[in-house]
Amino acid sequence: MEKSQIWVFMEQRGGVLHEVGLELLGKARDLAEVSGSAVAAIILGAEVAPLTDRIINHGADLVLVAEHPALETYRLLPYTDVLTRACREHHPSVLLFGATRMGVELAPRLAARLKTGLSAHCIDLQWDANGNLLQMVPGWGGGVVATIRCPEHRPQMATVMPGVMQKCESSGRSGRVITWTVGDDLDVSGPKVLEICREEPKTRALETAEVVIAGGWGIGGPEGWKLLEELAGLLGGAVGATRPPVDEGWASEEQMIGQSGKTIRPRLYIGVGISGMSHHVVGMDGSELVVAINSDPKAPLFEVADICITGDFREILPPLLEELRRRLGAKQPH
Amino acid sequence: MEKIIVCIKPVPDPLAWDRLAMDPVTKTLIREGIPSVINPLDKQALEAALEIKDACGAEVVLLAMAPVSTRPVLRQALAMGADRAVLLSDHWFAGSDTLATSRILATAIERLAPFDLICCGNFTLDGSTAQVPSQVAELLGIPNIMHVSAMEFRPPGPLLVTQKIEPGLVILEAEFPLLLSFTKEANKPRYSSFLEILAAETREIAVWTNAYLQLGAGLIGLGGSPTQMADLLIRRKVRQGLRLEGSPEEIARLLADKISQLGIV
Ligand SMILES: Cc1cc2nc3c(=O)[nH]c(=O)nc-3n(C[C@H](O)[C@H](O)[C@H](O)COP(=O)(O)OP(=O)(O)OC[C@H]3O[C@@H](n4cnc5c(N)ncnc54)[C@H](O)[C@@H]3O)c2cc1C
Ligand SMILES: Cc1cc2nc3c(=O)[nH]c(=O)nc-3n(C[C@H](O)[C@H](O)[C@H](O)COP(=O)(O)OP(=O)(O)OC[C@H]3O[C@@H](n4cnc5c(N)ncnc54)[C@H](O)[C@@H]3O)c2cc1C
Repeated sequence: MEKSQIWVFMEQRGGVLHEVGLELLGKARDLAEVSGSAVAAIILGAEVAPLTDRIINHGADLVLVAEHPALETYRLLPYTDVLTRACREHHPSVLLFGATRMGVELAPRLAARLKTGLSAHCIDLQWDANGNLLQMVPGWGGGVVATIRCPEHRPQMATVMPGVMQKCESSGRSGRVITWTVGDDLDVSGPKVLEICREEPKTRALETAEVVIAGGWGIGGPEGWKLLEELAGLLGGAVGATRPPVDEGWASEEQMIGQSGKTIRPRLYIGVGISGMSHHVVGMDGSELVVAINSDPKAPLFEVADICITGDFREILPPLLEELRRRLGAKQPH
Repeated sequence: MEKIIVCIKPVPDPLAWDRLAMDPVTKTLIREGIPSVINPLDKQALEAALEIKDACGAEVVLLAMAPVSTRPVLRQALAMGADRAVLLSDHWFAGSDTLATSRILATAIERLAPFDLICCGNFTLDGSTAQVPSQVAELLGIPNIMHVSAMEFRPPGPLLVTQKIEPGLVILEAEFPLLLSFTKEANKPRYSSFLEILAAETREIAVWTNAYLQLGAGLIGLGGSPTQMADLLIRRKVRQGLRLEGSPEEIARLLADKISQLGIV
C-alpha cells in the first residue's frame, strides 16, 4: 500500500514564501515520524520552481508544483480549482494551511468543494489512538479550546496559526519535485485583480511576536509610549495597545489587542498602565507569561497576571531598560 | 439592484463571558442567562448593504440561524433599516459545524433567490472560524471575497472591493452575484433612533424550520457535520499572581531574571 500523505499548502505572493508554510512543514515532519507518512508540499504560481530547494530543506519529501500564468497572483477560484484536482488525484490524508488572510479565504472554499471537515486557527495538532488528527481550536477569544477531529472524511483539513509551529531546517535533504500540469480548462472566473499595494508593516506583526509590550491609558501620552517602544526594541518584540491609546493616536488601529482588535499569544506579555477590562483580556489571555505594571494595586489585570508590579511605570521602566541593556551587552562581546 | 441578503449571527454578549460554564457530561457550553447580541462584524455587513440600498435602492433581507429566543437581536438589526428578517430555527440544526451551517444558510438563500449580493461578517466572536462565508459562496456556486476593508459601487460603474492581505491591500473588480465578508475598517455602522427601535418591536420575523428547507438528516446538525468535537476545555489558566516588591532597581533585577528564565534575554 502507498504511504499516506500529509500535505502542506505553501503560500507565496510575488515569489516570496510565507514563513507559516515552512513552520507547517516542521509540524508535518513530526506527525509523519509517528505515522510513517510522507510529507508533501504543494505550491501554485507562475514561476515557483526556484523555491523548491528551500521547501525540501524544511522537511518536504515531495513538492508538487503547479505553474500557470493565471496562477501568478493569488485568486480564489483558480486556486480552489487546482487544489481540488490535486486532492482528487492524490487523496492526501491531511492538508494544512496557514491561518493567513489567504488560507482563511481559500481553505474553507476547498473544504466545501471536497465535502470534508476543516478546523480553524489551530494551535496544536496530534494523532489520536486511531490515527485521526486531533486539531486544537481556540474559541471565545481564546477562553476555550475545542479538540476537533474529522474521522470519516478525507483530507482532514486545518488552518494553523502563524508562529506556533517550529521550523526544522537542514541543508542537503533530498526530495522529489513533481510538476503538475495545469490544463486550459482551469477555472479563471471570479473577481479581477486591479492593483496590489504591498505595504511593509512598520512594526513587527503583533500576532507572531514572541514578546508583546502593551500600553494603556495610564501611559498618558507619546512621551511615555517611547519607553514601551524602547523596551520592545530591546526584547525583539512588538508594541500593542488597549483601545484608549488607539483613540488618542499614540498607537495605530493595527496595534489594538482585544475583542475588537487582535488576539495574541506571545511567550511574554507585559501590560503597562492597563486596567484589565475583559474586552482587552480576551485578546491576551493565551499569553504564556503575563506581567502587569500598574499604579493601582487593585487593577483587575493583576488577577490574570503571573507577575504583578505595583508602581508608576515612569519609575519602574527606566531601571528595567538599564538592567536589560546591561545583560544584553554582557552577551555581545563588542 | 434587487435584493441583498445579510447573514447575522446572534452571539453571547462578551460582557457576560465570565459566566460561561461547561456541562461536564455533554461537554457543551451552558449559555443560559447569557444575553445575545449581534455579532459585531455583522453590523458592518448590514451597514454595507444599507449604504447600497440608500444609494440605488434594494431590498435588504436578514438571515440568521439561531434559537427563536434571539428574535430581539434581529429586531435591533431591523431597526437599523433592513426590510425583513428570516430566522432559521430547528433542533435538527443544532450541533452543525461550519459546512452543515453553510448548507443550511445556502439552502435558505436559494429559497430567497434571486439575489445580487450576500453580506457577511468576516468572523464571529464565539466560534470565530471565519469559514462560513467562503463555504456559503461555494455551495451557491458564486464568487466571494473575504477581509473586505472598503467597497465602492457607483452604478453604472463596476463594484470595486478592497481586500486586506499580508502585507497590504488588493483592489478587486467584481460582478454580481457575489458574497462579501467585511472587517471592522469597512464602515461605521449607523445607530438607530428610539422611534426606529420602537417600530421594530412589533415587526414580524419569519421562522423557517427544516420542514421548509427539506435538508436530509445526513446533511445538517451533528450527523451532517464532517468535524466532531472530541473535547472542550475552558481555559482559565492558573496565573501565579506573584507580587514583586522592593525598590525600582530591585524590581528591575527580579523581572529581568524572570524574562531570562523564558530564554528571551
Ligand atoms: C470553540 C469552537 C470551535 C469551533 N471550531 C470549529 C472548527 O474548527 N470547524 C468547524 O467546522 N466548526 C467549528 N465550530 C462550530 C462553528 O462555530 C459553527 O458551525 C457555527 O455555526 C458557525 O461558525 P462560526 O461561528 O465560526 O462562523 P464564522 O465563519 O466565523 O462566521 C462568519 C460570518 O458568517 C455568518 N454566519 C455564521 N454563522 C451564522 C449563523 N448561524 N447565522 C447567520 N449568519 C452566520 C455571519 O455573517 C458571520 O459574521 C466551533 C465552535 C466552537 C464553539
Ligand atoms: C464593544 C466594546 C469593545 C471594546 N473592545 C476593546 C478591545 O478590543 N481592546 C481594548 O483594549 N479595549 C476595548 N474596549 C474598551 C475597554 O472596555 C476598556 O475601556 C479599555 O480596555 C481600557 O483601556 P485601559 O486599560 O488602557 O484604560 P483604563 O481602564 O483607563 O486603565 C488605565 C490604567 O492605568 C493605570 N495607570 C495610570 N497611571 C499609571 C502610571 N503612571 N503607571 C502605571 N499605571 C498607571 C490606572 O491605574 C488604570 O488601571 C471595548 C469596549 C467596548 C464597549
